[in-house]
Amino acid sequence: MRILWLLGEWALTSLRDGGRMMIFLGTALCWIFLPPLKWRRMIARIHFIGAKSLLVILLTGAFTGMVLGLQVFYTLTKFGSEAFLGPAVALTLIRELGPVLCALMVTGRAGSALTAEIGIMRITEQIDALHVMALNPMRYLVVPTILAGLIAFPLLTAIFDLVGIYGGYLVGVKLLGIGEGTYFGEMETYVGLGDITQGILKSLSFGLLVTWVCCYKGFYTGYGAEGVSRATTEAVVLSSVLILVWDYFVGSVLL
Amino acid sequence: MSGPMVEMRNVHKSFGGQQVLRGLDLQVTQGEILVIIGRSGGGKSVLLKHLMGLLKPDQGQIVINGQEISRLRGRELDQLRERFGVVFQGGALFDSLTVFENVAFPLREKTRLPEEAIREKALTLLKQVGLADMGHKYPAEVSGGMRKRVALARALTMEPEVVLFDEPTTGLDPIMVNAIHRLILDLHRRVGFTAIMVSHEIPEIFGIADRVAMLHRGAVVEAGTPEAIQASANPVVRQFITGDPEGPIQPD
Repeated sequence: MRILWLLGEWALTSLRDGGRMMIFLGTALCWIFLPPLKWRRMIARIHFIGAKSLLVILLTGAFTGMVLGLQVFYTLTKFGSEAFLGPAVALTLIRELGPVLCALMVTGRAGSALTAEIGIMRITEQIDALHVMALNPMRYLVVPTILAGLIAFPLLTAIFDLVGIYGGYLVGVKLLGIGEGTYFGEMETYVGLGDITQGILKSLSFGLLVTWVCCYKGFYTGYGAEGVSRATTEAVVLSSVLILVWDYFVGSVLL
Repeated sequence: MSGPMVEMRNVHKSFGGQQVLRGLDLQVTQGEILVIIGRSGGGKSVLLKHLMGLLKPDQGQIVINGQEISRLRGRELDQLRERFGVVFQGGALFDSLTVFENVAFPLREKTRLPEEAIREKALTLLKQVGLADMGHKYPAEVSGGMRKRVALARALTMEPEVVLFDEPTTGLDPIMVNAIHRLILDLHRRVGFTAIMVSHEIPEIFGIADRVAMLHRGAVVEAGTPEAIQASANPVVRQFITGDPEGPIQPD
């Protein structure tokens, strides 16, 4: 009996939290289309999510490309088709690893900080202060962040892909001796616009997903320092899990 | 004007089965300074949040200038809030903005005044709270007392009719407590707002209050002039203002 009761309670809590998250997203999306937009805050957010993540993205992008170059080369040698290293690296990056790894890295670097910042604003009553000044916190905090995510994620992903392709080039061409023409030539043949569109669509949806989850968790943070730390952890875990789950579904629909 | 400016009638509020306000009645006359005293966790902040429209009562009415506010939403609620100024417990200053920007923030966001006029007004307010040369600092760089004064200046920027103070002097040294009280009195005299203040500072508050209301177990047990409260025969009030650990109020 007790197990049933616990199960019921868990289901109700999850349902309530899920519903609240969806309402939060719906409200935020409505506010995106209601002018005026807070341009300066949005640019500050793009700087925070985008420009400040650049170093991390450059580093992870380069090494992901290099690892891919190495491992894919090793696999392709078994079939005697090393010539396809270029398209293999590029397609893996553009369709899959670029958007996903980029989103995971930005969640760790910027998403956690967003949750902590909004969470601290909540517990120090700064969000209440906005309310009592008759200023909508959605407009001031959430909308600029979501828009910044939608702009920054695809750009970061593009940089990640490009750097990764050159990482693969470094290993494949410079170290393992594939011809430069083969590497890029085959890439040109096999990578289509559809692959690039899919990558961009994924990164756009991740931009929305990460900023939504992180803003939500900060907005409804618990009490005190412990509340903020829990919200931050939950934001990162939930974002990361949702990125991978969503990636699978988007991939299977768009394939 | 006839009738009280702010009136709470039989307000009930509970959170997850725990009753915080149980039939609270309170009246505030225009232009007075009402200080609400009572134990921590006794519902004082919840009371203020009802007046700000951040919480809705489960039962009862809140009437401001004859308008029932507890069911207001959207634009109507915003219009009501524009007549209120709030000094939050920790100041609630925006950490990403400087002291000056914090004071100028409501003007920049809510009015179409030219930048020059905004500057002038914000500087005048900062001068009134004695912080004219602190405008360029960030909230984290100034002392607790200064933060409270900045919060006071920010609350007054939109010339509110009612100012709510949530423990404006908690955590400050006695000199600063009296300085803030004197500042509030001074601004009250000059600007003429109605003040509702939650405070623990006994006996200091008796010097600035027009009336004092004692909140206990979610209801007002006694309200009256500072003299009447100090001379009260109610054992709850007596125990609270003398700070006696023995009596009808049991420490947790």
